Formats: sequence, C-alpha cells, structure tokens
Amino acid sequence: MTKVTLISSKGTGAPKPERPDSLYKKRNQIYPKLAHGKYRMVKWLVMAATLGVYYVVPWIRWTRGDGIPDQAVLADFEGEKFYFFFLEIWPQEIYFLGGLLILAALALFLVTSLFGRVWCGYTCPQTVWTDLYIWVERAFEGDRAARMRLDQAPMSFNKVWRKGGKHAVWLLIAFVTGGAFILYWHDAPTIARTFFTGEAPLTAYFFAGVLTFTTYMLAGTMREQVCTYLCPWPRIQGALTDEHALNVTYRFDRGEPRSPHRKDESWEGRGDCIDCKQCVQVCPMGIDIRDGAQLECIHCALCIDACDDIMRKIGRPTGLIAYDTDKAVSLRASGEKAQYKLIRTRTVLYTVLIALIGTLMLWGYTSKSTYEFSVLKDRSPPFIRLSDGRVRNGYTLKLVNKSTTTQAVNVSVEGLGDAEFEIIGVGTAPSGGSIILTSEAYGVDRYRMLVTVPAGDEADRDHLIVEIVDTDTGEKVAASAPFTRGEH
Amino acid sequence: MTEHKPDIDELSGVETTGHTWDGIQELNNPLPRWWLYVFYGTIVWAVIYMIFMPAIPALPGTGMTNTPGIRSHSDRALVAEEVGKLNAERAAASSQLLDASLEEIETDMNLQQFALAMGESAFGDNCATCHGAGGRGAKGYPMLADDIWIWDGTLAGIETTLRHGIRHLEDPATRNSAMPAFGRDGLLTAKEIDDLVQYVVKVSGGTADMSAANRAAPVFAQQCVSCHGADAKGNRSLGAPNLTDSEWLFGGEPRDIQQTIYNARNAHMPAWQGRLDDATIKALAVYVHSLGGGEK
Repeated sequence: MTKVTLISSKGTGAPKPERPDSLYKKRNQIYPKLAHGKYRMVKWLVMAATLGVYYVVPWIRWTRGDGIPDQAVLADFEGEKFYFFFLEIWPQEIYFLGGLLILAALALFLVTSLFGRVWCGYTCPQTVWTDLYIWVERAFEGDRAARMRLDQAPMSFNKVWRKGGKHAVWLLIAFVTGGAFILYWHDAPTIARTFFTGEAPLTAYFFAGVLTFTTYMLAGTMREQVCTYLCPWPRIQGALTDEHALNVTYRFDRGEPRSPHRKDESWEGRGDCIDCKQCVQVCPMGIDIRDGAQLECIHCALCIDACDDIMRKIGRPTGLIAYDTDKAVSLRASGEKAQYKLIRTRTVLYTVLIALIGTLMLWGYTSKSTYEFSVLKDRSPPFIRLSDGRVRNGYTLKLVNKSTTTQAVNVSVEGLGDAEFEIIGVGTAPSGGSIILTSEAYGVDRYRMLVTVPAGDEADRDHLIVEIVDTDTGEKVAASAPFTRGEH
Repeated sequence: MTEHKPDIDELSGVETTGHTWDGIQELNNPLPRWWLYVFYGTIVWAVIYMIFMPAIPALPGTGMTNTPGIRSHSDRALVAEEVGKLNAERAAASSQLLDASLEEIETDMNLQQFALAMGESAFGDNCATCHGAGGRGAKGYPMLADDIWIWDGTLAGIETTLRHGIRHLEDPATRNSAMPAFGRDGLLTAKEIDDLVQYVVKVSGGTADMSAANRAAPVFAQQCVSCHGADAKGNRSLGAPNLTDSEWLFGGEPRDIQQTIYNARNAHMPAWQGRLDDATIKALAVYVHSLGGGEK
C-alpha cells in the first residue's frame, strides 16, 4: 500500500500563502446624491401617492349591512371573508384572489416589456421606503459629500446626535409601517386603540414587530442589497425584456468617446459625455449606467436628471441618458434611423391574456350565485342495509347563503330513480318529492340527509344529484355525490 | 519546562492537532465565532430558563417533585384552564341542550347542528373504539346506523342505553338479560346444539339440514321461545335479538351460531352517566339517532 502524504506536516513558519479570493463581496457604502429634475419630481409624487394609499386605505368605511364589517379593504380572518370595496370574497371563492394575483403578474409583465423596470424604479415598496429613509438621512446628515465626511470623522457629539436622530426617525417610520400593516387585518379604529391598551391579539403585535424590523433592516441598512441579492424580480427581467423595451439607457452613440472637456475646447470628434460622474453619484444602486443594462439597475431614472442638468450647463442637448431602446441606440450607432416598436408578439400576448382572464373573472363574479352548495357523503359506514333489504346512504348538506336575507329553498333528489329521502329534524319526502329548508341569512347551514332506495333496485346508477331551488327567486344550484349500494 | 511548539500546516498556515490518519492531518481551526456566540447564548438561556421555569428535580421530603420556577408554569394547569374556557364558551348552547327535550333538539336546526357537532366529537372520543367511525359496527359491537336495534332505537331508548349501559351491573338501571351457556353449563348435549344451529339457520332464511332442524324444533320451543319468541323474532324488552333477519352481531356462520349457543355471548357496554356530562349524553343520543336508523 502506498502511503500518500497529502499535506506535509513539516511546517517551518514559512510565510502564510495567499488565500484564494473570498466568496463574499464586500459591500461599499453608497452615498446617493440628491438629484433635481422631472424624474425626481415624479418619484416624489409617486412616493406621496403610494404611501398615502398605504396609510389611508384601511380607514375608508364602506357600509355593507348589519353585523358585517364596514371597512372598505379588510382581510377578515375571524369572519373568514375578504372585503375589497364592492367585492366580497368568501373562502369558497378564494380563486378570485388567485385570479387577481395572476392579473397583477400579467400587468407587471406587460408594463415591463413596454417600459422596462418602472415597477422597480418607482412603485416597489423597497424603492419607496428606501427613498424615504435616504430623505431622512439627508435631513440629518446632509447630502453625499457631507455624509461621507461625517462617516470618516471621529466620534463627536455632532456625529452622535445626527446618527442617533436618523435611526430614531427610521425606527419611528418602521413602526408606523408595521402598525399600518395590521390595520388591513382588523377593524382599523378598534385595533388602533386596543394595540396601545394591550388588548390586541398577539398576532397583531407579532406582525407589527416583524414589519417594523424588516422595514428598518431592508430600507435602512440593506437597501440596494435587497434588489441585487434577495429579490428574484431582477433575474426574471431577463426573460421579459427585449431590445424593443424602453430602458434607462446611456446613448453611447452620442456620448463616446468620453473625456473631460474644457470650456474653449471644440466638440468635434468627441462624444458629449464629459465623464463628470454625476450619473454615478446620484445612483442609489451605486452603479455606472454607462456600462449598459445591468442586473443591479432599478431604472429609477435619477441619472437622467443628473445628466440633463450637466448637459444644460455645458450647452449640449439633454437626453444623453434617457428612456430608450437597445434597438434604437444600436441603429443610430450604425448611422440608421431609430425605430420604436410597441406592438410586438409579447405585448400583444400579454394584453390578450389580461383581457381574457379579466373577462373570465368579471363573468365569474357577476354570474356567481347566492348559494354555495355541497353534498358530502358519509365515509363510514359507506352504505346501510336496512332490515327489509332497502339500501340507505347518509349525507351532509352544506348550504352557504351569501345574501343578507333568510331564504326558503326547495330540496329535491334526482338521478337515482325510485329514491326517498329524509332530512333529519325537518321531514321526509317520498320518491320524486321535495322538502323545504330555511337557509339562514349570511351564513352556513348544515343538514343531515338520508337517501334510501328500494330492495332489489340494482340499477347501475351510482350518483345522485341534489338540487335546491330558491322559492322566491327561482335560483337553482345543484350538487352531485356518489351513492353506494354495496355488493350482494 | 519545554516551550510548546505548535505544529503549523504549511499550506493553510493553521495549527494542527497533531493527529494524523493515513497521512491526513487534522487542522485545529477555531470554532466559528457566530457558533460560539450562539453556544454561549444557549448557556445563558439555560440559566434564565431554570430560574423562570420548572427545571430541577426536588429533593425527596420537600413535598415537591421539582422546582416550580418563578413563573410557576404548569402545562396541566394550562390544559385545565383551556378546557374551562371551552366549557364557558359552550355554556350557553350546552344549557339549551339541557333544557330542551331530545325531540326539540333534533327539530331545532341551531340546536341540532350544535348537538351533532358535539355528538360527533364525543362519539369519536368515547364510542368509535368499539362501534367504529359513523357507528359502522364490528363483530360483537352493533352497527348503529341501520334500523336493527336489539334494545331500543328511539331517542329516549338510545339515551337510556347511553346512561345506564348494557349488563353494566354496578348500575341497577342497566339493560340486563342473560342467555344461558347451553353447552358449557350442560343444559343441552352437543348433538342437540348442532341440531339447534340448523334450526336457527333455517329460520334466518339460510340453507339448512332440514332433518336436523326438524329434530331441534321441540328443543327450540322448550329452551328458546321464552326470550326469542315462537316466531324467533326476538323480544326487545329482554334484549333478545331477532333471529329471522340476516344480520348477525356475532357472525351468522353455523360455527359462530354454535359458539353462541354453547357459551352464550352476553356483550357488555359501560354506563356513561357520571363519566360524561348530561349535555354530552343528550348530544350523543341525537347524533346516534341521526346516523341512519333512528326510530320515531
């Protein structure tokens, strides 16, 4: 046997060899500079609107009727309902929620294939709250240069109160964020009061705490790392975007070759980019847009504002960085005329799918019935043979009445030929007969039903259909269930 | 005293433990710091836990099994508290069950839904062990969903059976009757019992040895009719089953019937009064009555 010495044990204090590169990328603190311009203004407005919606919506009231919550938007776990203004979704109709999520996803796909990552750049909660947190940071510590100086400076009273104040306000915002979240799951005025008197349910405190923590962490300290490392969306982008999608783009055809420019210098034979790096300084992701489309870029368009500012100052046309398509830029670069194409296979496909699913859901919602009705066969015993040879099966009827009035409904059993049935505590019906039941307003009723077929009835019918008819409106709902005869 | 010379691995520059297996050395890397902190954290946590929660077995003679901890936590007390809360929540509906008659419970839909839900869970906990889920029955344990009742299938009759049991002799009101062990006690000879088996097979509609059955007719008239009746249709007040139907509690094969006559069966069901509260017993009666064969 050969003895293999993998590592020599005769170490003699030789210099420690270079370690391979670490698998972790060190994070460089980003100090985004404040941009001024139309996109910055749009972002302020979108921030005001989205935060406004988030904080105001749970307080909107919507009258529905006695004993029904009057909150416009409410996920009522105790009452097992989801309310959204005129919409009211019962647990049995949870597929509407699935449909809404599919619609939202498709809308996101459509917008992305047309205008790039506008969701990331303007409306994503991560972007909005990070923007808000940076605004607070700027208020306490000043703009980019001042913040960098402060971080380099030794500990002092000035540094402590500025940093402390910033974190205090951040935590306050985080708590208000987490606090507002729970308003969507409870009656807002009640939970807002009981939360502070200590009477709110434990889950409310738990989720307020979780959201406070995540808001503080994600918007305060993690920031761009959330988009780059945590979020799957930037990775999905690659499949959604193409060369015709509008993206925040550096027009290299106009900008290159770049170099610093003196006032009296000619613009002949060089690009418009003067390499002032303003686009890099305002970037909240810490990237250089001139490197082209990147995973990290959230397309917030702040570099457009920064660059336009400089272009105006040096007397060149604005739009060196602008919303543009890869196709248009490369066409211009090769001396051709730029082309834009909004109607493409994918945009048409998304639009058609949205229309289709939207119509389907609308049809489903408008034609949905007042009743939800199911017939559940007893699993044990599967069938009952009576002393005279007749065969009986037991069932549970579950009748959901979504209207706010108590209704009388007529129940009949079909599909088994000569079958009589009984509803325990209500009455019996001969073959072909029916029984009247009351269906309580806005609730679920359970009835126990026994169906009996005559002895020797060996028909191969093994399903029954229970039909209910509203005695006022004539509305019909039916449900079927198996019937077991057993082997003989 | 010799100076300790650490053995340093050349490639990684890390000290080794000095252990070598087949030329492979073990590096003495320090534990990851996060792991150490978590480890120290668990030690601190253990101390805090011992102060607050029951943790240390107590010495004999102190009258305690363990230290209670300053929170005096007890899982048993928590369960009792939860059960108390549940009973308080059910109190309103339970008292309605107590006030209403069984017929009223069955025809009032709100009470019925409550009773069926309560009865179903109580049945699963207490009755299904023998009678099976949904009362489907088993050999020796009657099916409760059909219309064949040995004692009584009305609401009141089911309640009586539940309260006092069957052959539960500690309860004087229990349903009681005893079939003699004809073979074991020497009341009949083996030959007579074999003939009697053929007679019972005949009355229940099976294919029997007719000569044996005819031989047994006088024996049946002498020994069996007092309880099972001349027509063999049984007698509910004595809990004597109908022998003419095709349902057999202890099996309908000649061998089973022979065993029944030879040794007698005399099945037993405990009385539930005192073990279950009145509301639960009433809910159970309504539940069993609704299974499929309840009598009016």
